[in-house]
Amino acid sequence: MGNKQTTFTEEQLEAYQDCTYFTRKEILSLHGRYRELAPHLVPLDYTNNPDIKVPMALIVTMPELKENPFRDRIVETFSEDGQGNMSFNDFVDMFSALCETAPRELKTIYAFKIYDFNRDNFICKEDLQKTLNKLTKGELTPEEVTLVCDKAIEEADLDADNKLSFSDFENMISKAPDFLSNFHVRI
Amino acid sequence: MPGDTLITSENDTDIELDFAGVEDFQENHKREKHYGKRRNGDRQQNKRENQRRKRSSKSVQGIREESQSKTERRERSRRRKGKAEHETSGHEGNKRERDQTRAKSTKSKKNIKNEKTRKLEGKEDGEAQEKSEKGKLKLVCAKNEEKIESGDQLKEKEKALGVKKKKKRRKKVVETSSEPETSEDGDDEEEVNNDGEVRPELLSPEELEKLKEAVDEKKKLIQSLRGKPWPMKQKLVTLRESQLFVEKYEGALGKGKGRKLYAYKVMMTKKWMKFQRDFENFKTACIPWEMKIKEIESHFGSSVASYFIFLRWMYSINMILFGLTFGLVMVPEALMGRPYGSIPRKTVPRAEEAGAMDFAVLWDFGGYAQYSVLFYGYYNNQRAIGWFKFRMPLSYFLVGVGTVAYSYMVVIRTMARNANESGIGDDNSFNFSWKMFTSWDYLIGNPETADNKFASITTSFKEAILEEQESRKDDNIHLTRFLRVLANFLVLCCLAGSGYLIYFVVRRSQKFALDGLENHSWWERNEVNMVMSLLGMFCPMLFDVISTLENYHPRVALQWQLGRIFALFLGNLYTFIIALMDAINLKRKEEKVVKYNITMWEASLYNGTGSENSTAPPITIHPADVPRGPCWETMVGQEFVRLIISDTMTTYITLLIGDFLRAVLVRFLNHCWCWDLEAGFPSYSEFDVSGNVLGLIFNQGMIWMGAFYAPCLPALNLLRLHVSMYLQCWAVMCCNVPQERVFKASGSNNFYMAMLLVILFLSTLPAIYTIVTIPPSFDCGPFSGKNRMFDVIQETLESDFPAWFSKVFSYASNPGLVLPFILLMVLAIYYLQSTSKSYKEANVELKKKLQMQNEENKKKNKQAALKAQMDLEEARKSASQTAVHQRNNNDSVQRREDDEEIDNKNQRMYHGRNPSPSVGNREPHFPVRDPGPRNAHNGNHGNPRYLPGFHQQSEPRMCRVPSLERH
Repeated sequence: MGNKQTTFTEEQLEAYQDCTYFTRKEILSLHGRYRELAPHLVPLDYTNNPDIKVPMALIVTMPELKENPFRDRIVETFSEDGQGNMSFNDFVDMFSALCETAPRELKTIYAFKIYDFNRDNFICKEDLQKTLNKLTKGELTPEEVTLVCDKAIEEADLDADNKLSFSDFENMISKAPDFLSNFHVRI
Repeated sequence: MPGDTLITSENDTDIELDFAGVEDFQENHKREKHYGKRRNGDRQQNKRENQRRKRSSKSVQGIREESQSKTERRERSRRRKGKAEHETSGHEGNKRERDQTRAKSTKSKKNIKNEKTRKLEGKEDGEAQEKSEKGKLKLVCAKNEEKIESGDQLKEKEKALGVKKKKKRRKKVVETSSEPETSEDGDDEEEVNNDGEVRPELLSPEELEKLKEAVDEKKKLIQSLRGKPWPMKQKLVTLRESQLFVEKYEGALGKGKGRKLYAYKVMMTKKWMKFQRDFENFKTACIPWEMKIKEIESHFGSSVASYFIFLRWMYSINMILFGLTFGLVMVPEALMGRPYGSIPRKTVPRAEEAGAMDFAVLWDFGGYAQYSVLFYGYYNNQRAIGWFKFRMPLSYFLVGVGTVAYSYMVVIRTMARNANESGIGDDNSFNFSWKMFTSWDYLIGNPETADNKFASITTSFKEAILEEQESRKDDNIHLTRFLRVLANFLVLCCLAGSGYLIYFVVRRSQKFALDGLENHSWWERNEVNMVMSLLGMFCPMLFDVISTLENYHPRVALQWQLGRIFALFLGNLYTFIIALMDAINLKRKEEKVVKYNITMWEASLYNGTGSENSTAPPITIHPADVPRGPCWETMVGQEFVRLIISDTMTTYITLLIGDFLRAVLVRFLNHCWCWDLEAGFPSYSEFDVSGNVLGLIFNQGMIWMGAFYAPCLPALNLLRLHVSMYLQCWAVMCCNVPQERVFKASGSNNFYMAMLLVILFLSTLPAIYTIVTIPPSFDCGPFSGKNRMFDVIQETLESDFPAWFSKVFSYASNPGLVLPFILLMVLAIYYLQSTSKSYKEANVELKKKLQMQNEENKKKNKQAALKAQMDLEEARKSASQTAVHQRNNNDSVQRREDDEEIDNKNQRMYHGRNPSPSVGNREPHFPVRDPGPRNAHNGNHGNPRYLPGFHQQSEPRMCRVPSLERH
């Protein structure tokens, strides 16, 4: 599906390759995946850049995201309108940032945005609690959650404002051994 | 502050304008000099244009105050360019700029639209502060409008430029792909303004330089575009515009002779980039099994996939080994060596001829298989074969050494790379944060795996909490200790037992071999391999059961388990080798007897014919009838090949029975069984990563050990790995369930590599021992007739190289030189080791320092924030005080009521630096800010801000600090 050359023009493919970490084959297969989500919505022919958006409810059914506790946040972060409606560009962008070859800096920026639930550019306690509850499916007691959040903030907060700014987050993540291996999605 | 970002973007735009306007600038000047009269509107626009240019160019006089400050700010913004935020806005502006300069038809409308979108973005950025910054925004709007007009102006200039370029081209007859376009565009739009402004002037060198810089910058931008955290749409637009820019101006660069060269260079780089990209595409397409592994990864997480990646890596190594042995040993011998049946060593002996083609014999690698290129004994000791004098024995020796050397190299290199990647770990300062932000494996796409992951994350959090509280109770330390000792004792018994069993079996098989294999059953013939495989299969299970006694943390338990299996395999392998050594010694004794017999036989042969004339044509005896020695090398090779085969078979059969059959039974018997088979006892099997990796490693060890005596081993192994890739992929996907405990795979990679290295060393040891100490058989193999196998080197040196070379070599190899050399190496190793140790120490020291610095920074920041807060309070107070005063003056009625408050405030004012918390709660009526504290705060903070909109937050945060302190 979508492997016909008519899906994109040669220039589009080149441009996508310039803007992402994908090869042309991967871009074509991405388009196939995108189209699978909503076959009636997404045309096969993308040469004239149709302005089509697939809603979040459909995007999160992808097997790559289906089990991810942060799927809604991921989709919201990468969608241009912030509501989770994704155009093909957003779609490609998302998987490019999450792919294996993307550099740590880029991943860090997006990880911060994903974990920043209320989008105030800080990861505050509520964000941490939400993260933790998603990670453990709410199986920790409230006291445990508070304790863990306090500890996490205490560890990573460098400027003592009791929330994590991006630089705190970056500093913390840059030393994490598993971040790169875990923060990627294969497509 | 949002205003900041807006203004910065403005400035960046200015920069771009400068670059784009460089050419126009001179143009403009000339124009004004020579043609004083121009159309009115044009001139007006020109004026604005000039204002803009003045900012950038210092040669132009009359720099206004404002523009100067702008230049400064621009400088600043340029310095900060690395930051994503600024870059974003910068290129935003840039985009706009490109729109303007590129515009061919009237595009002012579009420009305005662009402005609007940009403004909108700015607004989004500055939502919070929008109100307070309204004035600034207005200013920006005004500026933008001005710029739109100037953009139009620029466009006109552009046209002129196009024409100019055309002229230039005519003059110089230099064509680049982009230039004709430009000039044609210019032609098209020349209608109105081109009364006579065409000037064939050349650009001055500085401007060229500037242009070049701009082009280079664009190129850099294109290259780094994929790493930018922007939405794709913006990236695409930026890309297109940058490309257009580069294409347009690249041709204008360079002049005279250099120009052609430059154009050529540009073209070549383009072609090269294209080629590289295609090559990259091709390369990724060539990686085998990528899709399979990805599928597994998404189902089972990264740890199971890591096994398959390891398998693939092993496959690639074996591919190389196979290429070496096949291309340099087997094929030359088969093609250029003497054909089968020409000499005794290449012929099946008469006694075996009858059954040489039987499948049972071939399956044991006897008969025709034994007397073929697959084994050492088949090779002839002829020095050079074929028409181009291929040095067969030398090649055989070098390939044997080369494969081992290559394997060492690859393993060590991979280890070093892995060590580099995981060098940052092992510091526990962010335990909870890491658990929180990096523990979810984004690859997981299977509900069961996800459930397991959730469970394991929860457990790990609970464990961490327990550790944190340090209230972990040890229930019965004595019992645990006793159980652990008991478990280790049991394991040791197992190991010793398995070792003895193997030794016993090997000795017995030698007895069978002496009796002649034909008299024994299949089991007796294959006893050794079967016992080894069965031990390898069941002992790990036993260990697993034993390890439940120990009650270790799962990760520790896994390490113990791995260590035990490793010991078991190693013990088995070495018992096998020791038994094999015995066999070799037996064979060599036999060989001596045979050798004596042969001389007797030859003598009798000659005597029997009675012919005393030695020059008479020798009696032709069919090579199959010639008696021959036992050829221990082939025997060793055969043993290893059989071992590999039986090992492979056991692996596959276990897979089919243990996984597939079990899964089928559980699946279909579940309907008619008394308990739930899927959830209860047998259930489905898990994929055992560590066991499989260990199996793979040991298999590889056997290959390394036996490859010298059986050149076919790498080929066999390649086949095996290929099949197991498909078989295991299938088995994993169809009949395994995800592991209950999911471990991270990243940390253990080097652990496996270290094991591989140990195995490599241990397996080359016996091979080297046999090569160096045992003389080769007298009538088989490429080294027959030599005292030692490595004599082939000596021989080659003497006969194939000039005399001086062998002389030099003999000098170099005398002990007087070799010993100092070895000493030197030892010294070097010692030196390197001690330096690395000191580096490590320094590293630890630095880490400590860094941590202290961090702590200090925390404290400092806290203090700075406090101070800033106080200053802010003060400013606010003074402001509100003045307000109150004003009110007092205006409204005399309320004076009485207000009096108290004023006093209060005054008091606070005089108390100065100690605002009570209640003040913090006061709404800031007047956004009067003292720049001093803010600067101090920023300076102390010192952290780079990458995210857009960060600046907006600094103010509320300052307010929040004391309120948090109250908690």
